[in-house]
Amino acid sequence: MDDLLAARSQMAMSLAFHIIFAAIGIAMPLLMIIAEWKWLRSKDGIYLTLAKRWAKGTAILFAVGAVSGTVLSFELGLLWPGFMGYAGSIIGMPFSLEGFAFFTEAIFLGIYLYGWTRVPPRAHLFAGAVVALSGALSGIFVVIANAWMNAPTGFRLVDGKPADIDPIAAMMNPAAFSQTLHMTLAAYAATGFAVAGIHAFMLMRDRANRFHKAALVIALAAGGVSAILQPLSGDLLAKTVAKTQPVKLAAFEGQFQTEQGAPLRIGGIPDEAAGVTRHAIEVPYALSILAYGDPQAVVKGLNEFPADVRPPVAIVHIAFQIMVACGVAMMLVALWAAWRFLRGRRRWLDSKWFLRLLVAAAPLGFIAIETGWTVTEVGRQPWIIYGVMRTSEAVTPMPGLVLPFITFTLLYIFLAVITVWLLLRQVAASPRDPDPIAKEARVAA
Amino acid sequence: MPLETIIAGVMIASLVLYALLGGADYGGGVWDLFAFGRRPREQRALIAEAISPVWEANHVWLMLVIVILFTAFPPAFAAIATALHIPITLLLIGIVLRGTAFTFRTYDVQRDEVQRRWSLVFSIASIITPILLGTILGAIASGTIHVENGLMTSGFFRPWLAPFPLAVGFFALALFAFLAAVYLTLETRERELQEDFRQRALVAGVLVGLLALTVFVLAQTGAPTVRAGISRTWWALILHICTGLFATGAFYALWARRFRVARVCAAAQVTLILLGWAFAQYPHIVEPDITIFSAAAPRITLQLLLAALVAGAVLLFPSYYYLFRIFKREAAR
Repeated sequence: MDDLLAARSQMAMSLAFHIIFAAIGIAMPLLMIIAEWKWLRSKDGIYLTLAKRWAKGTAILFAVGAVSGTVLSFELGLLWPGFMGYAGSIIGMPFSLEGFAFFTEAIFLGIYLYGWTRVPPRAHLFAGAVVALSGALSGIFVVIANAWMNAPTGFRLVDGKPADIDPIAAMMNPAAFSQTLHMTLAAYAATGFAVAGIHAFMLMRDRANRFHKAALVIALAAGGVSAILQPLSGDLLAKTVAKTQPVKLAAFEGQFQTEQGAPLRIGGIPDEAAGVTRHAIEVPYALSILAYGDPQAVVKGLNEFPADVRPPVAIVHIAFQIMVACGVAMMLVALWAAWRFLRGRRRWLDSKWFLRLLVAAAPLGFIAIETGWTVTEVGRQPWIIYGVMRTSEAVTPMPGLVLPFITFTLLYIFLAVITVWLLLRQVAASPRDPDPIAKEARVAA
Repeated sequence: MPLETIIAGVMIASLVLYALLGGADYGGGVWDLFAFGRRPREQRALIAEAISPVWEANHVWLMLVIVILFTAFPPAFAAIATALHIPITLLLIGIVLRGTAFTFRTYDVQRDEVQRRWSLVFSIASIITPILLGTILGAIASGTIHVENGLMTSGFFRPWLAPFPLAVGFFALALFAFLAAVYLTLETRERELQEDFRQRALVAGVLVGLLALTVFVLAQTGAPTVRAGISRTWWALILHICTGLFATGAFYALWARRFRVARVCAAAQVTLILLGWAFAQYPHIVEPDITIFSAAAPRITLQLLLAALVAGAVLLFPSYYYLFRIFKREAAR
């Protein structure tokens, strides 16, 4: 493995690991405060147990997310000093704002986790709301920085160096809005479906358990709404990519030839040597319509671009197909759930098949997040800053990078195993006493 | 005052706060390993209770230092991250293990052998991480990281694998352990626990003194420019006298069991040590090739960053005060 590949692998592995915790860190506090809010309103002890359980889960996941995030901010310099030396002054701004959002999140999470008996109930709920809000904000700031790498604005190139820097314009880059919207919704959808799936699994074994029912409803509501909205934000993002990175869009679709009225390819395997995508189901005109809103629009093919600015097509196309498939499946599950619920049957959760489907859908959101980031990052190659700086120009001169890559991989595998084990034991397991308040009342009586 | 100096000042202030708050959390880990005597269990419980609600917020000061560094002085960040790739990578492993082991210990089974295993990882990581942090700062001060035309030319080992940076590493560890022990005397009202940590603070205080002397002697050859900066001007002399006074004050207050006074003196002592280093190195951000002026981002970036820092501080300090008021008031009374 050469050093550039090792550096890319280490960065990819660190991001792939961190993003799971980051997404849960954005969405979990929302579920947690919905449960607490229901507890305050209904005084039903089940919701208090639930809020405390989810808070425990959030505590474990936040700690892993915080340290793996620290690793990433250093890795920007450890692996890509050329990039940071060049771009730090242009996109340091969103990272600085993220620093404060993260600060707020950490402070109020401390209050939330350890303050159950130390602050009044409303202040406690407020602390949770601040955690949820600042978690979402810190994700948004980081994605803004990534969007700039896809659609760099806010500077002029003079003799290969940035001049006339405008950090605000850099933050307002054309990809910023659609990318942050897509990622934020993804975080809620993925976390909501994963949590709903886990509780659906527990509910299949123990049908009458109110604890798991309450958990499932909250998680599915948050995840389902996001999953239904997500295709819209995906469409918006694809239109942005068509405008700012046409070669990436062509890679999404395995579109080798420039074509008027281009079809949308579902599935298929791109053959880069032959310049065709085989075995795909083609929906006529659909790509031209989706990308440009016009069935006769011309879609640029990969062949328009010199070979040394094309991303690896097969990885990008296949990852894109997996992401879209997961997203569509989640949307359909969410619609079915909404239909079951709206039909007004109180027993909408009692179908075995519905619960089975929720269990099956549990990992889809995170698969979509991982493949989606593969799409955006691999699809930007060979550039680290699209059209401006190549990834190979940014890498550190440090030799032997395979060593830290292996070290961090082993470390993260170890952390993942422990985290999953702790979550299953501490958070998902059926509580011995799901409603402590009712029990207290019984004891008192 | 030039904008570069102001931003560098904010960066140093964040580093000072990281040392005073985050540093003490590492120190807590040190005393977790050295929990012995008649009350090891109580000592560990007190340490855990003291750092649980605050360590994650305290850790963010380091993140703030890093984002200010790479936003305002990007070439300096690139040079440091390249030359000190190895110790920074080790530092990160330490940070990851310290934080996760502490959290896993809190939420894992409360059986003794499980807890002891996590404690061991937590406390060893709490010892190694400050040593690496100090080593990195020592290497930056040593003047052995050379940069020509934006390229680092001084190798990946020489700047940090040397007596001076390593001595600074142990000095940082001693300071953090000292701070933690001093703070812990005020986290409990139990006399015996207070005495345990008073003794530990006194021992750590002696070590701080010895290591300070070692660092000063090694700086003669290990960091000549900074050493000259420390002993050159009249204000530097005043700074040193003050540092010495606070150190003596902290020691005397511990001896006399005036713990609140000891806490103020210890914090002032650590603050002045870091400020002394910063003043001695000014305007260099990496000795001897990079200054805050040569590495500065364009003016507009610095202005916006400063605005963000001010706005952030307005939000941050009340929240931070609220956090500490909730968790630290009762014990301190």
